[in-house]
Amino acid sequence: MSKPKIASVWLEACAGCHMSFLDIDERIVDLLGKVELTATPITDIKTFPEVDVGVVEGGLGNEEELHLAKELRERCKILIAWGDCAVFGGINCMRNFMPVEQVLKEGFVETVSTVNPERVIPRVDIPALLPQALPLDRAVKVDVYVPGCPPDADTILYIFSEILEGRLPSVPTDIMRYD
Amino acid sequence: MENKKNTIVINPITRIEGHGKITVDLAPDGTVESARFHVTQYRGFEVFSKGRDFREMPVITPRICGICPVSHHLASAKACDAILGVRIPPTAAKLREIMHMGQFIQSHALSFFHLSSPDLLFGFDADPSVRNVAGLAKEYPELAVSGISMRKYGQEIIKTLGGKKVHPWHSIPGGVNRSLRPDERDEMLAGLPEQKKSLRSALSLVKNYLAENAALAAAFATLETSYMGMVKDGYLELYDGAIRLRSPGGRIIDEFNSDDYCSFIGEHVEEWSYLKFPFYRPLGFPYGSYRVGPLGRLNACEDISTSEASSELATFRKTTSDGLVHFTLYYHYARLIEILYAMERLEELLNDPDVLKSDLHITGDVSCREGIGVVEAPRGTLIHHYEVDEKGVIERVNLIVATGHNNYAMNRGVEQVARDHITGPDVKEGVLNRMEHVIRCYDPCLSCSTHAVGKMPLMLELRDSDGNTLGTVTKE
Repeated sequence: MSKPKIASVWLEACAGCHMSFLDIDERIVDLLGKVELTATPITDIKTFPEVDVGVVEGGLGNEEELHLAKELRERCKILIAWGDCAVFGGINCMRNFMPVEQVLKEGFVETVSTVNPERVIPRVDIPALLPQALPLDRAVKVDVYVPGCPPDADTILYIFSEILEGRLPSVPTDIMRYD
Repeated sequence: MENKKNTIVINPITRIEGHGKITVDLAPDGTVESARFHVTQYRGFEVFSKGRDFREMPVITPRICGICPVSHHLASAKACDAILGVRIPPTAAKLREIMHMGQFIQSHALSFFHLSSPDLLFGFDADPSVRNVAGLAKEYPELAVSGISMRKYGQEIIKTLGGKKVHPWHSIPGGVNRSLRPDERDEMLAGLPEQKKSLRSALSLVKNYLAENAALAAAFATLETSYMGMVKDGYLELYDGAIRLRSPGGRIIDEFNSDDYCSFIGEHVEEWSYLKFPFYRPLGFPYGSYRVGPLGRLNACEDISTSEASSELATFRKTTSDGLVHFTLYYHYARLIEILYAMERLEELLNDPDVLKSDLHITGDVSCREGIGVVEAPRGTLIHHYEVDEKGVIERVNLIVATGHNNYAMNRGVEQVARDHITGPDVKEGVLNRMEHVIRCYDPCLSCSTHAVGKMPLMLELRDSDGNTLGTVTKE
């Protein structure tokens, strides 16, 4: 059997889930012998090919992230929501209590060290913010949920080992965590 | 094609730590008109933290960045100490610094071994499918394993004190919540010699690379800028000190207390990036732009307080006649010297009897309505600034993150490489990768930058001056 192909992406998130993946440390060498990494933030392949497993860190906060989530969903067989932001929306959702325009105005005009007399708000050649930050499954179907901020490296390795065994993984209660 | 303008887009920039893209606008004759580095994500921590109890900030703000969460954890805790109006016990300060050194080791190791060394070892024009950490593991297993081990060593220090490798919880307003046990201290010390040995090998690798590629190093996105970094009595400092700015000619322009940052640093906004552009206020934007991070710090300080790093710094400074190094590729070299410092400083701290004591915390109520906490994050100076009401509810937050300070320089560097290598819309992948490597030199933590990089098509998008897409060319 050929090696399962994996693509991963980070959307509205802090990169911590990918860092936790790297915390499998030297075991990554063994894992890289069993799976094929395609498009990921740590490689230079920039379009999602057809893959077996799509891994998403982060929720949805802007139009580009929404587009990427839909694109990866179309091109993978199993989609994993990886970490609290993808599963629940995470800390990004704290902005949902106020309108987007206010979030932008306060951040780019009113913060104490900002010098912006023209009151310029960034909006050219960059993706517009969604009205609210959302968890992944508000936009696409998710097959596997792995919560945690971030999920522990061992949990991540467990998920991959299940996939390599041909099973659809679910996180056992004894290693399930949300912090 | 009269009046038509072509635009080349690189999106996402990969092997950097955040969300970014590059666009290059071509003039009708095919020459580069402008090149921009855009940060494409914004999350709004400054805004949505309002209304929270300030004591939560050391746990909320690390979620800005999973690569250097410890920097935010510490800067936040220092701002909270200031709100309490306390000077934390020496044991607490030293334990915080131990975690900080662990972070410098892991974060700098990630930047060098996992993300940047593939470009140096395989070349900018190598096949993208091998030009990554997996290719490294295959072709240079010893280097890959030593890089992984070094990052793990730093991460284990963070976990020992903070319970987790990513988003640890150790610092609290007024101190820390856990002491260090002697057996843990001994284990950290025992691991150091092997890590120093690996670091010395990496240093030789970088020095050989820079010597063999001297012409490239001299030309690659080199900028003569001012430099900013924290110092203590003139020495390199990462946890607590004054902020110094040095001019491109080597003069010390200013040195100020971190509490006064707002009188000296302003932030400019452009409509095409979610990342602001900090500048030195007396000179204005863009003349007051400067660089931070490893190169900024090593150019700003007089010396390093630990012996081996100090002697390596002396070698580093022999690169140029005046001792100031403006070459952007030297960021990698500077980064490794800082790992060496972090290891030596860690050793000093671990051998200090204070770190095993149990005086960890000073309690208090809100005594100042404002608190400012500044540390050097791996990527540069990080500023947290909170204002609270009398009960400690957050009213205003201002964050200036490390990567932001380099925003202007990253834009100028990308533009320079574009001008050097692009003469029309037919651009080779290796050239695009060179532009990306400019960004990688600064090791930007774009998650941080926008408090708020990467993965989408590497493509050339050709646009006319009205913004209509004329066609796209993808890499594969």
